[in-house]
Amino acid sequence: MAVVFKRPHALRDVPMHYCPGCTHGIVHRLIAEVIDELGIEGKTIGVSPVGCTYNNYEYFNCDMQQAAHGRAPAVSTGIKRVHPDNVVFTYQGDGDLAAIGTAEIVHAAARGEKITTIFINNAIYGMTSGQMAPTTLLNQVTTTTPYGRKPELHGFPIKVCELLSTLDGAAFIERVSMHNIKNILNAKKAIKKAFQVQMANKGFSLVEVLSSCPTNWGLSPEKALKWIEEKMIPVYPLGNFKGKDLEV
Amino acid sequence: MGEKLLMKGNEVIAEAAIRAGCRHYFGYPITPQTEIAHYFAKKMPEVGGTFIQAESEIAAINMVYGAAGAGARVMTSSSSPGISLKQEGISYASGAELPAVIVNIVRCGPGLGGILPAQCDYFQAVKGGGHGDYKMVVLAPCSVQELYELTVEAFNIADKYRILAMIMGDGILGQMMETVEFRDKEEIYEADKSSWATVGTRMERDHNVITSIYIDPEVLERHNQKLQAKYRLIEENEVRCEVYNCEDADVIVAAFGTVARIVKNVIKMAAKEGIKVGLIRPITLWPFPVKVFEKYAEVPKAFLSVELNAGQMVEDVRLSVNGKRPVYFHGRMGGMIPTQQEILDKIKEILK
Ligand SMILES: Cc1ncc(C[n+]2csc(CCOP(=O)(O)OP(=O)(O)O)c2C)c(N)n1
Ligand code: SF4
Ligand SMILES: [Mg+2]
Repeated sequence: MAVVFKRPHALRDVPMHYCPGCTHGIVHRLIAEVIDELGIEGKTIGVSPVGCTYNNYEYFNCDMQQAAHGRAPAVSTGIKRVHPDNVVFTYQGDGDLAAIGTAEIVHAAARGEKITTIFINNAIYGMTSGQMAPTTLLNQVTTTTPYGRKPELHGFPIKVCELLSTLDGAAFIERVSMHNIKNILNAKKAIKKAFQVQMANKGFSLVEVLSSCPTNWGLSPEKALKWIEEKMIPVYPLGNFKGKDLEV
Repeated sequence: MGEKLLMKGNEVIAEAAIRAGCRHYFGYPITPQTEIAHYFAKKMPEVGGTFIQAESEIAAINMVYGAAGAGARVMTSSSSPGISLKQEGISYASGAELPAVIVNIVRCGPGLGGILPAQCDYFQAVKGGGHGDYKMVVLAPCSVQELYELTVEAFNIADKYRILAMIMGDGILGQMMETVEFRDKEEIYEADKSSWATVGTRMERDHNVITSIYIDPEVLERHNQKLQAKYRLIEENEVRCEVYNCEDADVIVAAFGTVARIVKNVIKMAAKEGIKVGLIRPITLWPFPVKVFEKYAEVPKAFLSVELNAGQMVEDVRLSVNGKRPVYFHGRMGGMIPTQQEILDKIKEILK
């Protein structure tokens, strides 16, 4: 019998704890497929964030470190400087990367650290039950913006790809989305390229993934995907911001 | 012994680290310890190591976390305000049982305080400045020679127990020029880190994970019990202390670091006046030399703790002496240093 679907080797055979309809798990799978395809599991070291994916070190077969909230880029810097021939990636949410860890991500990118960051923008703090994230949309209702995010009170969403692509150390920056199959396949291509950019020593690479949080958005899984398409993408346009034509 | 050189304390720390096999340093500039970074910036490229001027002390300690988790001998240094910022990483690294060396060339606080010497971070270092039940080994050298020897020692202790080791000095020690005699070769504790360090699985073993999070309360309690057992073992094995002139002393002074040097001069002055003064100088502030104080608890008429703070180590002296003799305190703050005469006057007042 032909095998048409199997678990990537880089993904461990354990149940994930994510809510139904959450796209965190899909992103994990894409990363694992890329690690398999590049044949780098044995030399990859991942860094888990603080957020819903705090324990995704249990899901990847490669060596893993768990970092304090927002500090994954600094932790990765330490790892990569010790093992420059290894592949190092961080997996971070929007609170982790764009609020408490803003300094760490900006400076890792500015230093051109040869690490890859998978940045999950779900416009919310998932783990701590739906507070405003730096990426929360204007007028979006969260548990800490019960009347909607108002610019005069809460400021504006942070556009991480746009911000980081101004830095010379950032070699590859792309924004992708999980809202349908076509975009999921695109996301995988971007993640693969980001790892290849690191392996070619070109500099810092980051893929921002627009991802769903049905639980805290108060939407069904299906409606959550629609919400990404209709509400998030206009604010966070998809596409490559840097390094599209890099030879890797 | 080998090469004898006249060197500044801060530079000796960096040189000692390199001799101890440290090839990774991450730090953020702050007076009065920045010469450590300058030395590494110059020397690391020569020895194939890494020097990064991090964006903050928070980033620096987290780089230490990553590098230590990846199996390297690694170090950071700072002074009080920067050490406060490192507390988050110190707690995480302690929870994850990562070996690394942290240097605190203490300056006077609180807040931005001043840049002059102080010992006001004693509590923060030995009682746990970060959250959770953890300990660091805290070493307090009193000379440039000892700065060298204890820095090498700090790396060995860190690797031996998978613990953070802190060198706690002050600006006097960091800026002081003294002769230091280096050994030709350091004794390096070779730890087998293969069961936990993240170096890549090479597809030859299950993955290694560095973490400080254990959501299951039973598992976390067991993890804590394991940490506590390790701390008890360190209390048994790693206490270092200098005892000077304590047999039939009238007063025993407790002092650490540079203050102990002042006290040694006081001992001479007092002897001329027929007063016998002894000195107990804890070299490890944690583990504290409790047994040494117990041993001498009934020898003098009283104890006196002299510190560059408002009275911190004196609490551990009191706990160790355990009410057997009165324990007095004399301290200066804000970068002021007690004079020998002032300490002698205090001793005479106690004996009155
Ligand atoms: C220092 C610190 N502050 C706050 C928290 C609490 N906390 C845990 S996860 C989280 C938000 C995570 O949100 P995000 O990064 O967007 O990840 P998500 O859960 O949405 O995937 C916060 C504030 C913490 N663990 N540590
Ligand atoms: S809370 Fe949101 S982000 Fe977290 S697992 Fe559930 S759906 Fe996913
Ligand atoms: Mg989020």
